[in-house]
Amino acid sequence: MSASAGATIDAVVDQVDVVADQVVSLVLRRADGQPFQPWQPGAHIDVHVGDGLIRQYSLCSSPDELDHLRIGVLHVPDSRGGSKAVHALLAGTPLTISEPRNNFPLRESRRYLYIAGGIGITPLIPMLEAAQAAGKEWTLIYGGRSRNTMAFAQQLEDLYGTDRIRIIAEDEAGRLDLDQILGMPRAHMLVYACGPGGLLGAVEERCMGWPPGALHTERFVASTLGAAAANAPFEVELARTGTTVTVPNDKTILEAVEEVGVRVLSSCRGGLCGTCETQIIAGEPEHRDAVLTQEDRDAGEIMLVCVSRAAAGCSRLVLDL
Amino acid sequence: MTVTTHDANVLDEDPFDTANLLDPYPFLGRLRDAGAVSYLESAGSYAVAGYQEVYEVLTDFETYISSGGLGPRDIRKDSGWRPPSILESDPPIHTVMRRALTGVINPGTVRALREPFTPPAVELTEQLARRNRFDAITDLAEKYPLRVFPDAVGIPDVGREHLLPYGNMVFNAFGPENYIFKQAFAQGDEHAAAVMRNCQRENLDDTGFGAQIWKRVEDGLITEQQATLLVRALLSAGVDTTIFGIGNTLSVLARYPEAWAQLRENPKMAKFAVDEALRLESPFQKFHRTVAVDTVLGGVHIPAGAKVLVFLGAANRDPRKWGENADDFDLNRNASGHVAFGMGLHQCVGQPIARLEMEIVLQQLLERVATIEPAGAPVPILHNVLRGFESLPVRVTAA
Repeated sequence: MSASAGATIDAVVDQVDVVADQVVSLVLRRADGQPFQPWQPGAHIDVHVGDGLIRQYSLCSSPDELDHLRIGVLHVPDSRGGSKAVHALLAGTPLTISEPRNNFPLRESRRYLYIAGGIGITPLIPMLEAAQAAGKEWTLIYGGRSRNTMAFAQQLEDLYGTDRIRIIAEDEAGRLDLDQILGMPRAHMLVYACGPGGLLGAVEERCMGWPPGALHTERFVASTLGAAAANAPFEVELARTGTTVTVPNDKTILEAVEEVGVRVLSSCRGGLCGTCETQIIAGEPEHRDAVLTQEDRDAGEIMLVCVSRAAAGCSRLVLDL
Repeated sequence: MTVTTHDANVLDEDPFDTANLLDPYPFLGRLRDAGAVSYLESAGSYAVAGYQEVYEVLTDFETYISSGGLGPRDIRKDSGWRPPSILESDPPIHTVMRRALTGVINPGTVRALREPFTPPAVELTEQLARRNRFDAITDLAEKYPLRVFPDAVGIPDVGREHLLPYGNMVFNAFGPENYIFKQAFAQGDEHAAAVMRNCQRENLDDTGFGAQIWKRVEDGLITEQQATLLVRALLSAGVDTTIFGIGNTLSVLARYPEAWAQLRENPKMAKFAVDEALRLESPFQKFHRTVAVDTVLGGVHIPAGAKVLVFLGAANRDPRKWGENADDFDLNRNASGHVAFGMGLHQCVGQPIARLEMEIVLQQLLERVATIEPAGAPVPILHNVLRGFESLPVRVTAA
């Protein structure tokens, strides 16, 4: 059912730890003992979990340590079986994965507010490390049902202190008070949020009062192709001219299209402002912007070509350009 | 004054004198040459003219606050002429209002406007293409937004004639209380009352942006007063600036026949032409911010309580950002990053609607007009903060 999502790596499960109720942490190494390619906070890997299923898990290890990768996986009973399969893995098991890829990059700014809901903490962990190392002003608000379900909560508190790390367990303190957390926008503060859809929707709603582009979210929504996030080159057909352009891994659609002399109105070129919104005539995009609403994404009619790409398994997008 | 690095260069020029208003660019050049931040003795304000420094003021909304008002007076000290708008507020008051507006004006709701916005542009440009000369301001730029935008907001037909004079008041008030200001405020009470009346729930139709904003009152997000103020903000911000944007674009294109020819061959470049024209002839040229705490900008110490006059028009022609040909219209230039719509927290919420109006009207004109050229000297409008024309006679040949 799933399409290939680029080169795979033979890895091995080095260590399995139960880090919270229903959450395991897996340490992965390359089977050939080589280091992984460098990656940036926010990156994830594909994990081939068997029966053709591919799942994405964010990396929560340190980008400074490339001899291993660590992921945290929540067991979701009503899912399509990915997390169940991962939870069944034992140390020593060989595992096919991808190189790290990043749809949730950390942008340079002066201040950061991180918001995690449950297992959404994982991509944020390397971000906290980066912000701390760079001497930035930052805070993490981490919400969960109860402390024993909140992976890495204690370690983060021990490492960074309770000034920086605010653990809000629902059974102690109720739900995250987003009106209070997001009621006062701060200049040059970027908000990075990861967690369940309901939480992200509520965060998005409140961040409408923030400067455009302040909010960055990562959603774990499997594409309808059931495949991994794309990183393979793909083709873009420009419907108005009939030209076809290949978009390589290291270029955006916008760049690739501009290189053949086609102009697209753009402003921020970072998925923040919406100026480069383009109609999709055919194909399925993988949205990487911070602008479109979930409704727009679900409708699949438009995309921001400065950051978004073709979904994995979709080798050709036809755009109204 | 404590000086951290250097004193601001003091300029004894007045940005609001008639000559500088009618032709701002020589003055803006001298202002940039005096430094990214200088002190304007005439205004008692610091002038911010460098792109980088303007960007910093716009994005650091904690240091450069808006609740002091966009004019030279600090409206926190003596009350302004009307209840403060979203533009004259800071978080957290600003936040709920911005949220309400952003929830209403978004890519989806704006996309839906292309259909109703197109026929009036077709009709107007069809009429104009049949004449060999017309006034691009009074016959087109002023007509089109007034045809489509009040409908999109959903205000009644009665009282629409107050929109232009009201917008004229609002924007002129961002400058000093000079004779331009006083003229704009003649019959001010009448205009303001008429516009406020049209912002009330019962006077708005059920489908426009106005009613959508009022829905947020039912949701408990904003108060009734805030809803009225937000509809008022849409009406005052969305008419004059768009009119000036269309007029300024045509004023530029009439002077660049090669660009018109290029656009005729490729009308989907209309939006790029508009964007570059907005950079070159920014309708919203300048406004004030108030410094909340002592700060340093561009190496200049600015004390708390000071007013800074932010020159968007100067930033958009700063050669350090745009290169040596910053004063030229270049259809192939990537104008992204210009600050004609502001930047950051107060960045124009209606920007996509304005862009849509400008693009549609230009595309329709391109379809019907083979050549356009000046047919007489354009008459710049004497305005404290906006840049535009009262009259722009053009000669055209039909396609």
